Amino acid sequence: MNLDSHPDKSKSGAAVVGEEISRAFTGTGLVLDRISFQIRPGEFVALLGPSGSGKSSLLRLIAGLDRADTGRLAIETIDGALSRGFVFQEPTLMPWRTVLRNTTLPLELEGWSRDSAKARAEEELRRVRLAEFGARYPHELSGGMKMRNSVARALTTRPNLLLLDEPFAALDEPTRHGLQMQLREIWTALRMTVLFVTHSVMEAVFLADRIIVLSHRPARIILDESIILPPIRSTALRTSIEYVNEVRRISGAVPAVVEAL
Amino acid sequence: MTFRARMAAFLPPLLPLILSICVAETAVHMAWVPSYLIPAPSEVFHSLLDDRRELALAAWETLSSALVGLLISFAAGTVFSVALSSSDLARRAFYPYAVFFQTVPIISIAPLLVIWFGFGRPTVIASAAIVSVFPIIASTLLGLKSTEPSLVDLFKLYSATGRQTLLMLKIPFALPQIFSGLRIASGLAVVGAIVGEFIGGGGLGSVADSARTQQRIDRVFAAVLISSLLGIVLVGAVNLVSSLSLGSWHTSERKSS
Repeated sequence: MNLDSHPDKSKSGAAVVGEEISRAFTGTGLVLDRISFQIRPGEFVALLGPSGSGKSSLLRLIAGLDRADTGRLAIETIDGALSRGFVFQEPTLMPWRTVLRNTTLPLELEGWSRDSAKARAEEELRRVRLAEFGARYPHELSGGMKMRNSVARALTTRPNLLLLDEPFAALDEPTRHGLQMQLREIWTALRMTVLFVTHSVMEAVFLADRIIVLSHRPARIILDESIILPPIRSTALRTSIEYVNEVRRISGAVPAVVEAL
Repeated sequence: MTFRARMAAFLPPLLPLILSICVAETAVHMAWVPSYLIPAPSEVFHSLLDDRRELALAAWETLSSALVGLLISFAAGTVFSVALSSSDLARRAFYPYAVFFQTVPIISIAPLLVIWFGFGRPTVIASAAIVSVFPIIASTLLGLKSTEPSLVDLFKLYSATGRQTLLMLKIPFALPQIFSGLRIASGLAVVGAIVGEFIGGGGLGSVADSARTQQRIDRVFAAVLISSLLGIVLVGAVNLVSSLSLGSWHTSERKSS
């Protein structure tokens, strides 16, 4: 099976530019208040904010699942073909499909042939270390495995923009830590642009190279900082002085966020 | 299942049955109740044996009419529900009539059916279909509308067509509800067929009706007994299809969560 015969949509990340984006919902009122930002191709950015701050709303706008009331959102890729991957808070797998068939879903929707879809899905399942579980059903998997399945599904189209909405929040700590390292490895290998929504400063600092902090509703950007840590994020980093210092620096800059946790 | 476990499962519902048969038999023999009101269970049993050929033929006629009626209501109900689920306006316009359909007593429109379809099978099938269509529509609509929102988002993210979303997401997601509607509908289809037979003729409905005019209460009871058995057979068949198609994920999912 020659995987290269199928054209890859992307080999590089997308750039995301937002200008003065506002969004209000009936009932909740203004959620996003003139948000402007620039995300460069291949960046790993954590979007940090308290619960209900509108970070998920912003992510949905970028995913194309919702539209801004005012402002401009532009997503640009080098070759013009945009492919987005989205990982939801819940694994959102289809219970009647096996792990493999859940993973091929985006490719089926895009009209790939069965064989090439299967080959690509198996490749992504290997990447998240679920290769032996392709024939299982979601209810036979643990919470962490379901989430890895969900990540594999988002990777099958080789997105140049990967959006994750608090994907690991419901998992136990060892599983969460394992998945964080896996995600960072995946990003190192594929170099797509990653936008990771979280309410945890520690998770944001461990994963990202840059953190954008949103205020309470209506959300505005109150901090936009680079994280200065080595590119390879290992278990040892979690107890290192540099990591703790970065967590302290970000937490100190956003006291409201720390309180809201 | 061991023998003991089997007995533990079947004995409790069996006991009241045996008890009531004994009470009825005694009551008739002691002349506590007149035998033209309640037949002795032994007479019903004799009637079942003596007329077995005729009853079997009538039962088959009723069952096949109920089955055809159920298939028609399933096909029509599913198409109707899919159409309604795809448009809010269509649902608001047509759903009240589906509810209205359910509230019209079948016995009052049965004469109309005879006028439209004549005596015989078409009337019986139409009656079975009309009675069984509403639960199918109600539960299919509910199932189609309760698709997990994030899965709908997922399909939107990959610009899925309406057809893809319907066939690959909404219908599979609604299957458990569709089957529970079908389960209710299959029992009702037998009821509808028998009501249709009272007026349109044929099947167990006719057997019961003519036995009534001949004061053969034992035959009426035999026909009633068989018709409720038919309902159980039909519901059992739906259960079988349901567990065959959902077994790999739905029931096991219920177990784990």
